[in-house]
Amino acid sequence: MFDVLVIGAGHAGCEAAAAAARRGARVGLVTFRSEDIGQMSCNPSIGGVGKGHLVRELDVFDGLMARAADRAVIHRRMLNRSKGPAVQGPRFQADRKLYRAAMAQLMAESGVEIIVAEATSMRTDGGRLTGLETSGGTLDCRALVIATGTFLDARIFVGEEIREGGRRGEQASVALGQQVREIGLAQGRLKTGTPPRLDGRTIDWSKLEPQPSDQDAWTMSALDDGCRIPQLACAVGRTNARTHEIISSNFDRSPLFAGAIEGRGPRYCPSIEDKVRRFADRDGHQIFLEPEGLDDHLVYPNGISTSLPADVQLDFVRSVEGLERVEIVRPGYAVEYEFVDPRRLRWTLEARDLEGLFLAGQINGTTGYEEAAAQGLAAGLNAAAHARDLEPVTFDRRTSYIGVMIDDLTLQGVSEPYRMMTARAEYRLALRADNATTRLGAAVLEAGCVSELRHMAITEHFERRSSQDWSSTGEGQADALYAPYVERQEREWAAVQRDTRVAIPPALDFASVPGISTEMAERLEAARPETLDQASRIRGVSPAALSALYVAASRRAA
Amino acid sequence: MSIDTIFALSSGRPPAAVSVIRVSGPLAHAAGLQLAGSLPAARQAALRTLRGEDGGILDDALVLRFDGPASSTGEDVVEVQCHGGRAVVDAILGALEQIAGLRGARPGEFTRRAFENGRIDLTEAEGLADLIEAETESQRKAALTLAEGGLRRQVEQWQERLLQLSARSEAAIDYADEDDVGIDPALISDCAALAADLSAWLERPRVEPLKDGVRVVVAGPPNAGKSSLINAIAGQERAIVTDIPGTTRDHIEVPLSLGGVPVLLTDTAGLRETEEPVERIGVERSQVLVQAADVLLWLGEPDQAPVHRRLIRLHPRADQSGRTAGPPDTLAVSAKTGLGLGTLLEQTAELARSVLPAEDAVALNRRQARHLAEARDAVAAVQTVDDFVLVAEQLRAARSAFDRLTGRAGVEDVLDALFGRFCLGK
Repeated sequence: MFDVLVIGAGHAGCEAAAAAARRGARVGLVTFRSEDIGQMSCNPSIGGVGKGHLVRELDVFDGLMARAADRAVIHRRMLNRSKGPAVQGPRFQADRKLYRAAMAQLMAESGVEIIVAEATSMRTDGGRLTGLETSGGTLDCRALVIATGTFLDARIFVGEEIREGGRRGEQASVALGQQVREIGLAQGRLKTGTPPRLDGRTIDWSKLEPQPSDQDAWTMSALDDGCRIPQLACAVGRTNARTHEIISSNFDRSPLFAGAIEGRGPRYCPSIEDKVRRFADRDGHQIFLEPEGLDDHLVYPNGISTSLPADVQLDFVRSVEGLERVEIVRPGYAVEYEFVDPRRLRWTLEARDLEGLFLAGQINGTTGYEEAAAQGLAAGLNAAAHARDLEPVTFDRRTSYIGVMIDDLTLQGVSEPYRMMTARAEYRLALRADNATTRLGAAVLEAGCVSELRHMAITEHFERRSSQDWSSTGEGQADALYAPYVERQEREWAAVQRDTRVAIPPALDFASVPGISTEMAERLEAARPETLDQASRIRGVSPAALSALYVAASRRAA
Repeated sequence: MSIDTIFALSSGRPPAAVSVIRVSGPLAHAAGLQLAGSLPAARQAALRTLRGEDGGILDDALVLRFDGPASSTGEDVVEVQCHGGRAVVDAILGALEQIAGLRGARPGEFTRRAFENGRIDLTEAEGLADLIEAETESQRKAALTLAEGGLRRQVEQWQERLLQLSARSEAAIDYADEDDVGIDPALISDCAALAADLSAWLERPRVEPLKDGVRVVVAGPPNAGKSSLINAIAGQERAIVTDIPGTTRDHIEVPLSLGGVPVLLTDTAGLRETEEPVERIGVERSQVLVQAADVLLWLGEPDQAPVHRRLIRLHPRADQSGRTAGPPDTLAVSAKTGLGLGTLLEQTAELARSVLPAEDAVALNRRQARHLAEARDAVAAVQTVDDFVLVAEQLRAARSAFDRLTGRAGVEDVLDALFGRFCLGK
């Protein structure tokens, strides 16, 4: 009998399994192939603005991502250096192989059992999850975390060519997808894409603008293990009129425009064909050429994800200065996949309708390694809590980006792939990448999910905070800079807390509340807010509807 | 949860040409049927003979039927437009009282139901509350503008502008790793423009003078004839008048309508240095009242008058020998003979009118103005910060102030504030 089983060994699955194990659970990780552990399926980078904040928060809980990244980093950039410390985002380029090796090692140390099999279906008993059927037999468990990414009924598009499968060369979990649909979790389809991979030896680097790594060797994790490897430069190229002409003359061969792809892609990370069509007046778009590793000639051209046919890809890439003689090692492609409506999940990422089932990662409609990993942490901690009767670990909007993300997902749902941005956090000035330990340290110690080393680091951090020279540290200075604003935000938070106390009865039929229109009732029903504060944050819910809800909730309480 | 069916006389006090009686709630249609025999189709009017329980004819009246939720309260509603005689109205209200399950509406209850049923939003509810309280024509028009959503539409416009500004500032932060989005040089000046627009609105006349009356304060040294003047204007012996200086120790307020302008005429204790403790308190209060006056009538020496934007210098007791002509820039008046009082009332009304919001303009009340000022301050402060993150933060703070204005945030606070008004005797 496992306490917790996790399906999927991607960023969400690994963090979920390791987090559950750190809370003392017996954990099994079910994956098609053990080589998948720590695989970066898209670009070889970790962090960024908002995303880097998530990684730092994950790290305080002894998550794996920051430590693995520190062992694999080949290029560092602190984004937004010229803006305030609240929005500075640590971003790494990682060596793919080193990252996978680091992750594999961390997983091996975690005590999680790796089970190589295909998960075929869930076993349930009276609304509770009891086990998992796999190609290798039945496994009993108290809690299950599904972290299968894009693998639920995924289809790959390269031009007119369509294949089943999530990542290149892998199967899709068709059977499991069917079951998820049967219990009513599935919401719709989303799409994501990747650019072609280039052979770096065929790039004329001298014609491109180099982008050096940061001088100082800062780390992603608060626990610096001293590992330092050589740093590489990236380079910046640019598309031009000729590139755009090639792309637009082949619009009819793009599955995006030919109607083959119905899923919605991220507005903020569009494919190059999207960019060319939507911003026709632009004369060029940047391409960041990111090396994939120290001993790897593959280069990831960030900014030109595409699902155009392979011959068109080669054509347009070669129109870029510096890439005239470039060879494509693997063409780019689009993936369309099914996702779960995260509004059907609780704050703990447990499915409302099936006790013991947790979902984490891209399956919940998010995009990005960091978003996936952070959900994996929340799901893993809480799956262990469910299995071993421990206190759940919840995150709130005032103290973490993880809280912002989970609140957004479970309350608002998604209509396009969800990516973390600092604009999503109303308490942004307090949620800095440099103060994650301060914000979350106490919660971490309470959750009892970290090593002795981390425990000490957190305690020491709090001691340093109360010392004389704290105000001269970077974190201390940032605290002082934002103090008046953070104070104002705390007053706002206090006001929000008052609305938090107005509980909405779980059984309330929104449609029966006088004054709530059918449309409002549908929005509320989908999100099932537990408090007036949550209801007030659901998009499109009008002040009049809120007032009506308030009156209805107060009457029930009276 | 059973909802009472309520009824009330919705128009002014009889006698009147026509009176309107409304019934709202689940039994409204049944009550209407009982009274009128049959009801017209929804949203149509029909002439019916109203009969009491004993079959006796009460009146011939126009009867309208509304089906919830498409009614003013969101419930089933029957409206009766009857003859406006006292006896007729009393008889119909009496007949409704007899019907089981019906009760007289409490003050503000129709509005409250409309609000609870989501028929109106907070700013509109405030407008309706004002409408109920409106006593003069200009009060009624201002309230009507608010009730019809005039403020809501304006606020939506501001929110949209603010949202665009926020989006521009956020783009520069979250797309830092892309060259596509740079810092927008026009952003700061666009913020200044919005702040200026909000400031202009805050400068506009407010609702309060309309509702509470324009504060016309009469001030001057002790025994200058302030109380006599007020009595003469009010046409009744409201203030105590004696020859002993310092008689008016607390202020006396007389609500008046001057040429359709609601005015609160306020008498004050004489302004002088005094050791007498009770009188001193009165003097201090007077100074506060003078500060807060919308219009100030000064009865002392012209050069002693406090600085005030709307000031009329008076030369009182112009009937007494030797006082017939006042110094320049003063208006000679006599409480005894009525000399100059007509001119005084005209000038006062004119100054008072300038304090009032224009008819059919949207005017803010104190609560709304407070949140609007918060939003304005936040947007204005954009000019003083040099960090882009703080620009975004100021804009976010302004958005949250607007949420408080519309009732989107701090729902409980806003509702408490609003319904507090209904409970206070209205």
